[in-house]
Amino acid sequence: MAGSDVLAFIERILPDLLRGAVITVELASMGLFLGLVLGLPTAFLRAYGKGLPKYIATLYVEAIRGTPLVVQLFIIHYGLPDLGLTFPRFVSAWLALGINSGAYQAEYFRGGIEAISAGQMAAAQALGMSRLQAIRHIILPQAFRLALPAWTNEAIYMVKYTSIAFMIAVPELLARGKMIISWYFRPTETLLAVAAIYLVILWVVARLMRLVENRFKIPGIGFETDQRA
Amino acid sequence: MSTLSPEPVKPLLDGSLKNENEKKREIVRVSGLKKSFGSLEVLKGIDLSVREGEVVVIVGPSGTGKSTLLRCINLLTEPDAGHVWVDGAEITARGADVNKIRAKTGMVFQEFNLFNHLTALNNVAIGLKVVKKIPEEEARRRAMEELERVGLSSKASSYPAELSGGQKQRVAIARALAMDPRVMLFDEPTSALDPELIGEVLEVMKKLASEGMTMLVVSHEMGFAKEVADRIVFMEGGLIVEEGPPDVMFSAPKKARTKEFLGKIGAIHGGTVVA
Amino acid sequence: MEKVALVMRELPFILGGVGTTVQLAVIALAMGFVIGLPLALMEVYGSRGVRWVVSTYGTLFRSVPLLVLIFIFYFIVAKVAELSNFSAAALAMGLRSAAYQSEIFRGAIQSVGTGQMTAARSLGMTRFQAIRHVVLPQALRLAIPGWGNEAAVVLKDTSFAYAIGVAELMRRAEYASARTYEPFAIFTGCAAVYFLMTFGLTRLLTRVESAYRVRT
Ligand SMILES: Nc1ncnc2c1ncn2[C@@H]1O[C@H](COP(=O)(O)OP(=O)(O)OP(=O)(O)O)[C@@H](O)[C@H]1O
Ligand SMILES: [Mg+2]
Repeated sequence: MAGSDVLAFIERILPDLLRGAVITVELASMGLFLGLVLGLPTAFLRAYGKGLPKYIATLYVEAIRGTPLVVQLFIIHYGLPDLGLTFPRFVSAWLALGINSGAYQAEYFRGGIEAISAGQMAAAQALGMSRLQAIRHIILPQAFRLALPAWTNEAIYMVKYTSIAFMIAVPELLARGKMIISWYFRPTETLLAVAAIYLVILWVVARLMRLVENRFKIPGIGFETDQRA
Repeated sequence: MSTLSPEPVKPLLDGSLKNENEKKREIVRVSGLKKSFGSLEVLKGIDLSVREGEVVVIVGPSGTGKSTLLRCINLLTEPDAGHVWVDGAEITARGADVNKIRAKTGMVFQEFNLFNHLTALNNVAIGLKVVKKIPEEEARRRAMEELERVGLSSKASSYPAELSGGQKQRVAIARALAMDPRVMLFDEPTSALDPELIGEVLEVMKKLASEGMTMLVVSHEMGFAKEVADRIVFMEGGLIVEEGPPDVMFSAPKKARTKEFLGKIGAIHGGTVVA
Repeated sequence: MEKVALVMRELPFILGGVGTTVQLAVIALAMGFVIGLPLALMEVYGSRGVRWVVSTYGTLFRSVPLLVLIFIFYFIVAKVAELSNFSAAALAMGLRSAAYQSEIFRGAIQSVGTGQMTAARSLGMTRFQAIRHVVLPQALRLAIPGWGNEAAVVLKDTSFAYAIGVAELMRRAEYASARTYEPFAIFTGCAAVYFLMTFGLTRLLTRVESAYRVRT
């Protein structure tokens, strides 16, 4: 196989792959956002709540972290129609990624919250702040910074795990690659090109998150890193 | 809601100067205060009154409930029984506006508890902005004034991690002062500090006392107590054992236990003299 | 109730996939251990060039999504080496887990600290003896919590082998759902089976951890 032939092939499939990459990035960022919206309140319920709300928050986190993302996706896309809830493919994938990410993000934020000493809350209340004001102005900004490195990891995981959307035929990067393989049957070049595009996306995400971390860096507030499990 | 002190405090009969003092307004009143953690009874019925401009120093062995008493005064810890009034308003009353009454007490902690994500200036300004709803500009101006008062205006833009222990504690004092409290509660403000940093904090506290601030101080700095306190309260085992003016407490206490404790503590902590 | 009965009827068939799922996870984890531990040692004690090779391997296998790796092994490697779908999935998962496990072990080895190595060398141990008898026994204990996380991730990610038709838990659940037209009940049941497995695994590893904890 001549090198120029390979290049020509990649040039031909690249536009298609890039269109898939756009969907990948959309899914990842929307999933991350939904995860944030779900994860933050869940973290605070687990750290400060009591009774039923705390119990529900714990149940959510444990159920999601104890089961594979693929099963969650299938329950949403193929299972929920049984209960009268039908979503377009893209929406199902988005919901699965977001709900999944929310459980992990909740744990990162909870870790951040629990790393903040009880004295911070006491000092805020001693100034006359209500519990809610203390959470909003004192605890949240610190928890956010403490969780930032773990959150960077989560962003990277989101990009990688968007590939499961291929299983319900959302035309993201991997699905396009798979399609191209079935058209031309040149899996080596195609898959390596797909892998390379993922690497580029991840590199950009890591770069962006570095900027964010520097932007919010404060002396004395250490960043913790965490491994997703 | 806010109740006035239930009964006027009876004036003592000895000396006209004392009499003068007794006529001053009562800023803190604690009556029959009890608190248990699980099966451990930490406060067993505390009665205490602090008048305007008075500096009261509380001493006592570790685990005696001194911190718990201070935290009950601004309800950071909820007492099991008894009442607390701050500036005439009962904070322990049902339906009392706790946050509002708390803002009238300034608290300084042993571990400083500066807000780690805020600069020194913003640490002082945040209470003004969030609790008192003072606009940004004005809040920052007033925060700067408070920092000047504790001699730290040059550190306004430093974060807590960039300050020494003594500087942190002075910022913490400024933060509390900014709220214009009627009384300042200090819980061992110098015991987490390196010896060479204690002086600068005591200096600020002395200045405050001389300006007429009402202060309730848990501390074992006997030099400070002798010099500044109007009254020393000796606590042990969840009760007030004895209280009185420093000269009496140090030279002629009524209880043997007081003498023993103050003697011991004076030998350890009496040395810190502030220029 | 009807649905519960239905899931119960399909359960033996679905559970038939548990064996494959567990096999896949065990092979991937074992492979990851056998490759990952030496990689970690190479990254800590190796020369510059060795460290570069190891860290490039790690970056690649941690960055490319698992599904892409599985397809690479399925379409490219398996065709050349005539491997089964199962083997392709196991290889992809094992090599990826090696990359993550090497990170876990590297962190553990580094947190043992250089003082231990120096002390062992001063007793006259060779570098290899010091690693074998002093550093590793401590590092492996420190690595248990991280390794437990990785084990749970691998167990759950076996479901990705579904994509190349390995008849593991997920694939069996899909057959069952197609047969019964009850996807919600079937997939929820399948989720419960996974949950019990990860739950059991985490419990087991917590036990192991407390049994081998080093007091300091
Ligand atoms: N939140 C709490 N939960 C349980 N026990 C507590 C709590 N706060 C205080 N205690 C216990 O109550 C007792 C009194 O504590 P407190 O901090 O009031 O003592 P202290 O006189 O301030 O002592 P020190 O001089 O050591 O600061 C101690 O035995 C302490 O362990
Ligand atoms: Mg105390």
